[in-house]
Amino acid sequence: MKQSFYGGVHPHDRKELARHKEIVPLSAAPKEVVIAMAMHVGAPCKPIVSVGDQVKVGQKIGEIAGLGAPIHASVSGTVKAVEPRPYVGGGKCMSVVIENDFQDTWGSELTPHPDYTKLTTNEIVEIVKEAGITGMGGAGFPTHVKISSGLGKVDTLILNGAECEPYITADHRLMLEQGEKVIGGVRILMQAFGLKSAVIGVEANKEDAIEHLKALVGGKNDVTVESLRTRYPQGAEKQLIQRITGREVPPGGLPAHVGCAVFNVGTAAAVYDAVVEGKPLTHRIVTVTGDAIKEPKNLRVPLGTSFQQIIDEGKGFKETPDRVLTGGPMMGIAQYTLDVTCIKGTNAVLCLTKKEAAPVVEEETCLRCARCVNVCPMHLTPVYMHLYAEKGMWKEAEALNVMDCIECGSCNYICPARIHLVQSFRVTKGELRALAAKEKAAKEAAKA
Amino acid sequence: MNEEKNLRLTVASSPHVASPIDTQNLMRDVLIALVPAMVMGVVFFGPRALVATIISVVACEFFEWAYRKLMKKSCANKDLSAAVTGVLLAFVCAPTLPYWMLIIGDFFAIVVVKQLFGGLGQNFLNPALAGRAFLMLCYPVAMTTWIVPGIGADKWANVLGNTTTMAGADIVTGATPLSTDLMHSGLLPTLENFQAGLLPESITSPTTLLDVFVGNVGGCIGEISALALLLGGVYLIARGVIRARIPVAYIATVAVLTFIFPKGDADRLAWMLYQLFTGGLFLGAFFMATDYVTSPVTKKGEIIYGIGCGLLTVFIRYFGGYPEGVSYSILIMNCCVWLIDKVGKPNRYGVTKEMRAAEKAAKKAGKEG
Repeated sequence: MKQSFYGGVHPHDRKELARHKEIVPLSAAPKEVVIAMAMHVGAPCKPIVSVGDQVKVGQKIGEIAGLGAPIHASVSGTVKAVEPRPYVGGGKCMSVVIENDFQDTWGSELTPHPDYTKLTTNEIVEIVKEAGITGMGGAGFPTHVKISSGLGKVDTLILNGAECEPYITADHRLMLEQGEKVIGGVRILMQAFGLKSAVIGVEANKEDAIEHLKALVGGKNDVTVESLRTRYPQGAEKQLIQRITGREVPPGGLPAHVGCAVFNVGTAAAVYDAVVEGKPLTHRIVTVTGDAIKEPKNLRVPLGTSFQQIIDEGKGFKETPDRVLTGGPMMGIAQYTLDVTCIKGTNAVLCLTKKEAAPVVEEETCLRCARCVNVCPMHLTPVYMHLYAEKGMWKEAEALNVMDCIECGSCNYICPARIHLVQSFRVTKGELRALAAKEKAAKEAAKA
Repeated sequence: MNEEKNLRLTVASSPHVASPIDTQNLMRDVLIALVPAMVMGVVFFGPRALVATIISVVACEFFEWAYRKLMKKSCANKDLSAAVTGVLLAFVCAPTLPYWMLIIGDFFAIVVVKQLFGGLGQNFLNPALAGRAFLMLCYPVAMTTWIVPGIGADKWANVLGNTTTMAGADIVTGATPLSTDLMHSGLLPTLENFQAGLLPESITSPTTLLDVFVGNVGGCIGEISALALLLGGVYLIARGVIRARIPVAYIATVAVLTFIFPKGDADRLAWMLYQLFTGGLFLGAFFMATDYVTSPVTKKGEIIYGIGCGLLTVFIRYFGGYPEGVSYSILIMNCCVWLIDKVGKPNRYGVTKEMRAAEKAAKKAGKEG
């Protein structure tokens, strides 16, 4: 059954910077928070407050418009503006700006259910939805949709504690310090799916977290904690499923197609908070780290806190950073300003020095060394895909299954010629999606 | 704070870290792996082997630089790939080959085979082997004039001396353990055969298995010592510079074929070992067939390619008119690489055997319908 995935890379994990730092709250609450209305995969939320409104912590301020999860205020105070602001995903995004009154007035509509065993599946899904929970690992898929769409299909529930991205330690600290919430959360999810067991996968470089979780599960034995080989991208959904169950998610398919549902450990803890304590998702753990940071830390921050403040909590820069990322160095997004704010999927603010970051150099010629082919966990041939992509031969690249690319960055990392493979495939995928949309539109027009 | 506001941040596509290994590192490792073979070449053929190799490297780097300068292209000397070609071409030439012929070979390899096709990564033939093939066509006698190796002879005389009267080493023409007459008769240059007077007159001393393994044998500069080449090959595999699939498939194919079909009355095992340790098979398998640019990138492709090289090598040795088949077999397989990679395309992730079969059946039905 068990099968490790093919390929992958092993970059220096640099987790020593923050792995022993306890999770701490901000030393001073933010004066204002800028809460983006796009915190998840799908359609951005619609703001339901207007300038001048008084809001309380946990009060809903963004309502679902299509696929999504509602968004709540993370501080209490006055709405100062509802306008587009710089966004971690790039560009600007409609945001609600709240001026903090430092009262922390509580205003959630959720009710705590200390005994969750009496709840039905529908009730759990409803609570998770109302609490605005999305995948906390970075991608941000709305959790209630994941649960309801997997009902009846899922036979294996997997919790992702791999945290395979270098530098980040948010999930590691969460498992160590709030392990009971993770275990509680996974048991709630098990109940929602009607399953008797679940597996938590943790990379072997977090031995202490594995031991701690095992001790918390105790004699009940319903949750298995598996130690996984430390190899990037172990925490990619498809690779994790492959490792735990030996199943491969078919092209274009979802984990549910092979009977799996994967949740981040942070998501499980958020589910616990919502169901047992009646708290919507308003805060998250963010690792502020990198060689450019004076004091790397794991912080519990209200959503909407600016990167500037998060970096100040790390005592600022020790040297000028070359880039500031949201997320890890393999898949994180580079920011151009520190005015962007923390969203539900922000697991790290990573400040890399020039020395640590990949040098910005001109691409050399490909020498066909095949390292990219050998590290691709999706069995692709990046060397040929790139040849076609460079020439704009999108269809030929598609025939090489470029759409299967998970953009993990392994090929790009290993390339001795420093070719920007992932960028090239992102462009290709975008072009192919546009082509497909065009063809679809043409077909529909022909029908009509 | 103000200073931080004026931060100039780099915005690039992920990933934001890179492996420390670049092209230059890889080529440097290949050069390091070739050192043992160089040492053995000098031990058995004298300092002329080293001088020839250095001349070849300098010539290759010069042609690379001059061509790119002339064509107003970026300078590519720092990637060291031309140096690797220089060493490899010298290694597959006879130690007596006049330097000027070697330089012509370098010109052909770098300018005609590599740069005219667009430089590193674009050539479809291995430059060193194509250079050797070119020299074999132009100067067949000089390319196959072997000297009997010896330790302690006056090797310095031949560094600058006339190569046809090389002092200190006996010149043997066309009689290495793999020479065609021996090859086709199935005679091994063992001590017994030598004492029994079975070997042709041109062979003045026996060559034992130990001799061919260590490299105490006539041949090209870098191909003689299977031991040294094996060391270099293992180094490359251990460092992750090359993958084991091609050399293993190649050598195994030759081993199996020669073991099953020995020539004449030769002892199977001895015959197989002579075949493996001579004729530059290890040099070809570890350093030439694994040339990134001219070998397949897919896992299956690498194995098909290795087996193909092995088959062709044995066919050329058994039925061909050339003393050995390594260089031509690799050159022929070089031409098939793109086709091999199409065949070797990895199975799509998440597509099971059943799904593939169903898809095939649907296609078939569609065709028939």
